[in-house]
Amino acid sequence: MSATQNGTVRPAAISAEGWGWRHAGRARPAIEGLDLRIEPGERVLLLGPSGAGKSTLLHALAGVLGDEEDDSDETGSLLIDGVVPREQRGRAGLMQQDPETQVVLSRVGDDVAFGAENLAVPRDEIWARVHEALDDVGLRTAAVGGLALDHPTAALSGGQKQRLALAGILAMRPGLILLDEPTANLDPAGVLEVRDAVGRCLDKTGATLVVVEHRVSVWKDLVDRIVVLQPGAAAGHADSSKGGVLLDGPPDQVLAEARTMLMSAGVWVPGYVPSTRERRNESHTAQLLLAAQDLAVSREKPRRKGFKTIPPVPVQTGIIAQVRAGQALTITGPNGAGKSTFALTLAGLLAPVDGKVSAAVELSEGAGIDPFTWKAEQLISRIGTVFQEPEHQFVTGRVLDELMFGPKHLGHGEDRVDELLERLRLTHLVDANPYTLSGGEKRRLSVATVLAAHPKVLVLDEPTFGQDANTWAELASFLSELLDAGTAVVSVTHDQEFSAVLGGTELRLGPVQQGEAKHQEAGAA
Amino acid sequence: MTTVNVKKTSYNWRVVDIVVAALIAIAGGVIFWAWSQGAALVSIPMNATYPPLTGLIAGGWMIPAVLGMLIIRKPGAALFCEAVAATGELIMGSQYGTTVLISGILQGLGAELIFAAFRYKKFNLPTALLAGAGAGLFCGLNDSFLPWGWNIAYEAIDKLAYITFTTISGAVIAGGLSWIATRGLAKTGVLSSFASRKAASEPVFN
Amino acid sequence: MRDALNLRGNHALLTKANPLAKFVSVFLISLVLALSIDWVSASTALLAELALFPLAGLTLRLLWQRAWPLIIAAAIGGWSTAIVAADSGAVLLDVGLWSISEGSLELGLGFMLRGLAIALPAILLMTCTDPTDLADALAQKAKLPQRFVLGSLAAMRLVGLMAEEWQTIGMARRARGVGSQGNPFQRMKATLGQSFGLLVQAVRRASRLAVTMEARGFGGGQRTWARESTYSLLDAWVILGGLIIAAGAVLTAVGAGTWSFVWR
Repeated sequence: MSATQNGTVRPAAISAEGWGWRHAGRARPAIEGLDLRIEPGERVLLLGPSGAGKSTLLHALAGVLGDEEDDSDETGSLLIDGVVPREQRGRAGLMQQDPETQVVLSRVGDDVAFGAENLAVPRDEIWARVHEALDDVGLRTAAVGGLALDHPTAALSGGQKQRLALAGILAMRPGLILLDEPTANLDPAGVLEVRDAVGRCLDKTGATLVVVEHRVSVWKDLVDRIVVLQPGAAAGHADSSKGGVLLDGPPDQVLAEARTMLMSAGVWVPGYVPSTRERRNESHTAQLLLAAQDLAVSREKPRRKGFKTIPPVPVQTGIIAQVRAGQALTITGPNGAGKSTFALTLAGLLAPVDGKVSAAVELSEGAGIDPFTWKAEQLISRIGTVFQEPEHQFVTGRVLDELMFGPKHLGHGEDRVDELLERLRLTHLVDANPYTLSGGEKRRLSVATVLAAHPKVLVLDEPTFGQDANTWAELASFLSELLDAGTAVVSVTHDQEFSAVLGGTELRLGPVQQGEAKHQEAGAA
Repeated sequence: MTTVNVKKTSYNWRVVDIVVAALIAIAGGVIFWAWSQGAALVSIPMNATYPPLTGLIAGGWMIPAVLGMLIIRKPGAALFCEAVAATGELIMGSQYGTTVLISGILQGLGAELIFAAFRYKKFNLPTALLAGAGAGLFCGLNDSFLPWGWNIAYEAIDKLAYITFTTISGAVIAGGLSWIATRGLAKTGVLSSFASRKAASEPVFN
Repeated sequence: MRDALNLRGNHALLTKANPLAKFVSVFLISLVLALSIDWVSASTALLAELALFPLAGLTLRLLWQRAWPLIIAAAIGGWSTAIVAADSGAVLLDVGLWSISEGSLELGLGFMLRGLAIALPAILLMTCTDPTDLADALAQKAKLPQRFVLGSLAAMRLVGLMAEEWQTIGMARRARGVGSQGNPFQRMKATLGQSFGLLVQAVRRASRLAVTMEARGFGGGQRTWARESTYSLLDAWVILGGLIIAAGAVLTAVGAGTWSFVWR
């Protein structure tokens, strides 16, 4: 059965009857008893708490789930147009959330052509499809003033990479488009880029769409049906006899009916900002702890060329900022403006290219004025940094050891660990390996481990990226508590609601234009 | 209708086997590169005083071979990973030029033969150490007796010293560290798609 | 490091040659040179190679940038050879554990030049060859299994990311209190931990990349190739050039009487 008739796409129909899947190595099924029918050309948004098996379903539809080798189990039937998905790879196109691993080859044209090559499309037709696909997603080809076909894929932004992945999918002329949290790792501009590109492609090809995403408002107007899944047995819910679909219907109806349930499940229902603890004692004249003067920052190290040392080109220059106790400093700006680089330099982890980072005596307590020169043990009790990817910061094999790591090195603070465990709801996980935790749990653990050393300054890099509403609310409230207790919080974020909860000052880094930085400090956000 | 998947370890390589093996080899190359920056403190005095001593740090070269096999557990893993690592070296600009590919393949072969001798059924600590030693041995032999080897002109006794050092280094670093790393990786759960998913609870010596 | 994988802006003649032909040519030169350690064959080859580097799109500056670590490595290799090789001729320096004689010094010099003569063409090769084109040639012309070739190519694309991630993990661990100072033993432990962190990320990313590739139909049976790898007259010249350089090196050395087969 060919996916295209006369060169046009044939939209796919999905039917699931009592379908379930248990992953290899897990005790309980990820999803059970799913009964679902999706007609050709329908656009469906799939919602549900984590553990409901949404990703599992998408992977199964893409035909990439499991193989004869692991001891996974399938029950029931899941069919696309009456055929098992595994036998029609390429009928469905799958996009996942990490832009870096959605790209296969290093030149734009080659990457888009990859899927078509695998489906044995004749050479001339491949390149015609490549041009068309790039045009459809808005990454037009050089002929019409856009990217050259040999443009390096590494040089694309996150949003562009996801659109490139979409182009690669389109070149396969799939009847079914599957999106698994495609915008979770993108900045607000990138999110809209991708959403609009998907909309255009759907309008043009009429393919069926199934999208999984936390943020409903982004997709609400694009889809004509919302399906809410039950948490499966894997999530520990007792009532697993009713597997599968909980609610199913037009977007407005489902959102109205299930608003409370969805909110409690952590879904970002449109118009809903979770309630968080409010700041109690904001003061603008609090103790100065850290200051940046005329700072120029870069991630690269000076290069040795022959016998000379060449300093790196800074991504941002002339930054002036102040970090005060009990105050929040939010760093915002477009992609590539050097926000994370600046935050890491402020935290003493990167060497400044030019200018200075100075720590006040109240912070340094005799360790020296430049945080970059502090020893690691001195750093953790003064400035704590939470990285964007929690896994980068795991240093032991057990949650409890992670939390005790800082206190052990400092020689004090071990008694407060229990308090942190409880406050961040990690008590039931003390013996688990940190890498096996869920996304939200890892985020809470990484914050807890940094706080276990009781730093006076806390620096967070995109703390709310891709978080569901519940984790988001918890984190925001927790930080609000810390601020009132006197900790300074510096955060790099795109999230305006988050910075509104924290208050304080905003430092906006502008895009670098001819080496000049434009930034201004605004009042309380 | 329930379809039960019969678990069998196939010797066919799946796409995930290929890509993970290749990236482990690449990551091994990055680690080796980063590590050898620091090791220059050790290798330069070694080269100044008694060059065959550099064989003691040669084990890092061969980690991809043993580690790749311990994780993927399919025939050819040691050979493939080391070949990919060598190709990475070539692209980055190796002092051995294109001959780095031959060296890599031979080192991979040294480890591969050991695993093959155990019929690809044993992946415990002794096997890992032996495979590392095998890779180290072939490394030493390659460097000492093949035309592109950098120790080809050494005197016999020094060649022997070098080969001994590379074999030991291979066993300890390529074999021992890879075995420890595999157990650690299994505990994190990232190996759930591979035959080595239970490596953390396997017996050490059996 | 990412730049090494990118041919953009290089329009030199050799970028148009088939990667397989270039590879065979370079490999041939390397193997032939490897057969003898002497300064005549090495210098002849070296001069010929240096004459060719503009054809690969290299400028003197770029060549120096990429080659200086190799020069140092070759020098160290030459030194090691000089001190550990068997002595012949007058002994110049004897330290007990090793000694340098006239003969071994000449050998060391020859070794250093030979090392450069073998390493340099590989640089030329990689400067004018795009890895994707090389993979196409290996799969289409050399008939290597396409799953392994393309799978490796896709993984190699992530090398820059892995290098960046290494840095990030280092910083992240410092932020947790794992110092990179302290005695060598502590530093080694820190590096081991950092390496483990990178391996975890490598397996995770590779698993996701594998899913992406499979979801785009990779791994099945037949496939077509969007970029065709072709042979042309230029490739015949490339191979001929390699043969000439190799033969030239041998002949000049034999003529000068310095050719000494490694397995004497």
